[in-house]
Amino acid sequence: MSDEHYLELCDNPVQFENASSVNNVFFDEANKQVFAVRSGGATGVVVKGPDDKNSVAFRMDDKGEVKCIKFSIGNKILAVQRTSKAVMFCQMNLQCVVLEVSCLCFVFRSLQTKNASVLGFCWTNWNEIVFITDQGIEFYQVFPDKRSVKLLKSQSINVNWYQYCPETAVILLSTTVQGNVLQPFAFRSGTMSKMSKFEIELPVVPKPAKLSLSERDIAMATIYGQLYVMYLKHHSRTANSPSAEVVLYHLPREGACKKSHVLKLNTTGKFALNIVDNLVVVHHQSSQTSLIFDIRLREPDCAVNTHQPVLPARSIHPYRIPLSGPTVVPSQPAVPCQLYSSSWSVFQPDIIISASEGYLWYLQVKLPPTVNLLQDKGKLMDFLLRRRDCKMVILSVCSQILEGGEKGSLPVVATVFDKLNQVYKEYLEAEQTYTLAMESGPSRGSAAQKRPVRTQAVIDQSDMYTHVLSAFTERKGVSHKFIIAVLMEYIRSLNQFQITVQHYLYELVIKTLVQHNLFYMLHQFLQYHVLSDSKPLVRATPQPRLSTANDEIVEVLLSKQQVLGALRFIRSVGGHDNVSARKFLDAAQQTGDQMLFYTVFRFFQQRNQRLRGNPAFNPGEHCEEHVVHFKQLFGEQALMKPATV
Amino acid sequence: MLMISPRMATGMQEKQYTPSLLSFFIYNPSFGPREGEEEKKILFYHPCDVEKNEKIRNVGLCEAIVQFTRTFCPTKPAKSLHTQKNRQFFFEPEDNFWIVMVVRNPMIEKPNKDGKPPTIEYQEEEILDTVYGAVLRQCYSMYKLFNGTFGRAMEAGGVELLTQKLEKFFYRYLQTLHLQSCDLLDVFGGISFFPLDKMTYLKIQSFVNRVEESLSLVKYTAFLYNDQLIWSGLEQDDMRILYKYLTTSLFPRHSEPELAGRDSPLRPEVAGNLLHYGRFLTGPANLKDPEAKFRFPKIFVNKEDSYEELHLIVYKAMSAAACFMISASVELTREFCEQLDSLVGPQLTLLASDICEQFNINRRISGPDKEPQFKFIYFNHMNLAEKSTIHMRKTASVSLTSVHPDLMKILGDINCDFARVDEDEEIIVKAMTDYWVVGKKSDQRELYVILNQKNANLIEVNEEVKRLCATQFNNIFFLD
Repeated sequence: MSDEHYLELCDNPVQFENASSVNNVFFDEANKQVFAVRSGGATGVVVKGPDDKNSVAFRMDDKGEVKCIKFSIGNKILAVQRTSKAVMFCQMNLQCVVLEVSCLCFVFRSLQTKNASVLGFCWTNWNEIVFITDQGIEFYQVFPDKRSVKLLKSQSINVNWYQYCPETAVILLSTTVQGNVLQPFAFRSGTMSKMSKFEIELPVVPKPAKLSLSERDIAMATIYGQLYVMYLKHHSRTANSPSAEVVLYHLPREGACKKSHVLKLNTTGKFALNIVDNLVVVHHQSSQTSLIFDIRLREPDCAVNTHQPVLPARSIHPYRIPLSGPTVVPSQPAVPCQLYSSSWSVFQPDIIISASEGYLWYLQVKLPPTVNLLQDKGKLMDFLLRRRDCKMVILSVCSQILEGGEKGSLPVVATVFDKLNQVYKEYLEAEQTYTLAMESGPSRGSAAQKRPVRTQAVIDQSDMYTHVLSAFTERKGVSHKFIIAVLMEYIRSLNQFQITVQHYLYELVIKTLVQHNLFYMLHQFLQYHVLSDSKPLVRATPQPRLSTANDEIVEVLLSKQQVLGALRFIRSVGGHDNVSARKFLDAAQQTGDQMLFYTVFRFFQQRNQRLRGNPAFNPGEHCEEHVVHFKQLFGEQALMKPATV
Repeated sequence: MLMISPRMATGMQEKQYTPSLLSFFIYNPSFGPREGEEEKKILFYHPCDVEKNEKIRNVGLCEAIVQFTRTFCPTKPAKSLHTQKNRQFFFEPEDNFWIVMVVRNPMIEKPNKDGKPPTIEYQEEEILDTVYGAVLRQCYSMYKLFNGTFGRAMEAGGVELLTQKLEKFFYRYLQTLHLQSCDLLDVFGGISFFPLDKMTYLKIQSFVNRVEESLSLVKYTAFLYNDQLIWSGLEQDDMRILYKYLTTSLFPRHSEPELAGRDSPLRPEVAGNLLHYGRFLTGPANLKDPEAKFRFPKIFVNKEDSYEELHLIVYKAMSAAACFMISASVELTREFCEQLDSLVGPQLTLLASDICEQFNINRRISGPDKEPQFKFIYFNHMNLAEKSTIHMRKTASVSLTSVHPDLMKILGDINCDFARVDEDEEIIVKAMTDYWVVGKKSDQRELYVILNQKNANLIEVNEEVKRLCATQFNNIFFLD
């Protein structure tokens, strides 16, 4: 049984001091920093970020229990909340590792609403901060030098709780008594804009009304570049919904929010959500497994926007924790880490934190195990083509389906090729548009065009050739019929997407045909221009020869030992001045026909005479052995002598 | 059974007769070398009602002629014998087996006054050795396609089996020979290819490969549209003769019921399958028929130095026909035919309409005015591709040409001239009428053009042909 765990925790987690009675741990989603606050900061605050640059340690005075602590973007200003009424700002000088910060502090109390209690705050810039209180939202600019703040904008609204998506700088407020009317706000360099509010459909409407939408059941994340609000809709006996589902609401920058996707979980219990590589990952605690959903994957047998899990539920790959920190002796055994632990906290998009163990992991998708879990290769390709590190996996899938050689695999091969080439074509088109735009000069008005990014999903002909096709055609035990069928299928697919077929693919076809003496097939392919890139339409009469396939024709003729025919042909298309003499001489010598060799040899001598005024071959042409052979057969005197002037 | 048909009746008096088959026989001198046993040499004789001694005499004469001419050139004995009334063609396809065809020369019957018997004028130079020599060779190839070599029958069942097979095959086949309409195309024995764009061609490739993959019994496939070849998995020589059979015998036989009206009794019972138009042209006419026989014609194709025996399944949907060839050692069952029908039928129907659509688009692009106004025959020896705008339509009975037989004869003569030398050349002939006939030979290709231009001179004709080459054959290179 091969490895089936398609999710794993990253190898290099962020380690921090685990939460305890003296050590409080905070996580800031915006900067992805973990704060370990020992004894209210008096014995030190250790900040660990995703990389060392973001890791800081400092001390501050213990002025009571810390409720929330966050750096502004770029670690410029530290905001610490100890009470529900006030937040303290400190300016940091990050040159030193350990800082006493108390001297730089000033305390800020909300001026707008005297009795409001601060639910939390979010930094939206290096000096811009949003306060969310139970009575509204306030947007400030902080001036640490002047020890002052300036109100940029505020809005009164009753708030139950809030969520912040740092990627898009959107804050979502839960309002009304039931909490199911969500009001999003978007922030961008000094401006706050109210987006259209929307209502989450609750499975049951409670009577009397009470807060029914929990903050735990809502998450925001960007999937395929679009912001979504994910709602974990638990099953309810009264509402007659047999299992839980995740409802996605698409939140566009402008316009109304729409319910867009429903992910069927087919089970009940406690869930947590992550987004990894544009996949929605749903962790299910009681079964200790996770499901993944791809909202772009269309389900044929479902209503348009209802999705089933892409793959069967599997647990995250087992993870072992080294016994004592990173500087562990290699011989020491690692302890298996308890996955899906109740002490886990899950953050968007892909973060899992175990406060009790002091680890922050990034969740990752492993693609190789998906290959065996998804039998439908077409669907598998759709899935893989949207993943980040997909190239090698896709190529291995291609090799695999060709290797199988099972009956009826050609239609599958065709589907896979078509899917690959669809993506390839889109990239080529984008590239072409870009090149055209660049050539026509920088466009006024429209924003400067960005060069299209070549993702891993772009599998071009050389990728296919090097990783799949060339090895495939050389593999023993594959029928040549199947090889040719596959190559033709690939060429068909490229043509279908109007992609110019590269020469080496034709060569592969020709080589295979010639190896099996299938000259008549070869000729038919040439006749219908399949092995050429000439005019798209065959005219009234099928043509046996094409100017663009000259080399192929020469090769074919030579391989059939029709040396004179080849020579006549290349002369007819005017290519005999540049053609390799050695190739023809070799072929002539192989026939064992002395007169033929003589003729070909003289032909090239005459050519040399005409081109260079000397019948001798250039050393670069490597015809020495032929000259020797000629002398042996016909004697020295038969050689053409340079004309004496 | 003399097949004489008056070709052209000029007035009331003159009657013209086209060439016709006088006799056709096959013999092997080694089977009756002793005197008195001569009859044993004769394996087949047409017409059969000829008196025994005459048969023996005729065979003996041929034997003698061949033997006599051998003294001049042991490797190339006589191929034909010209006499005033007829012409004889000799062909030795296998060691000691000789096929002889005797063709009566075309003639003109001129009535005489005063009740005298009419005078008959034989036109002994009107028929061409190359044309009828090719017809004779084709007879053998066709026999071989369905029966294998003579030697094979001898091995399997001796002279008795061979004579049976010959009788069975040639009795019917000779009736389909229409000697009066044989011409240059018989010399070429070419294949007409269907013009097609690359994408549609690749789709057909894909179809063929898929069928061969899922029905692994299928060894070779050929694909035709509108009686023109698109793909052949068979080798060229085998395809050439199979193509001849399909287009001159099998397809015409089946096109008549297709052309017949819906309620015509000729129309075969539709198998009740509304999903596709596929049907078997060989084998079972109706799969639903519980009595249906799943027997297909067997053909023999070349394989290295031996022969391979195959079932020939011809399956057609609209104008697209696919030939599937399966080793004869396998017995074909109802299940297999049903599987083939359900797999191929829908795909072939779809493909046929695709091809039709694409063909119409291409024709629209090239425009109706670009339709060739020239009368020409093109043939490529390398891929056997032929194209003729002279021949209107090939049917089972006659191939109609749109030009006078005299012109066809000139074409044949030019072809003979080309065959004599290996060089590329061009021949321009001014015919008796206003026609010019131009023959061009370039490497492996031959092109014959008939131009009808009054008062044109040689230079103008030459220019005109150049123009034709540039427009119609711009991708084919002709050496000047």
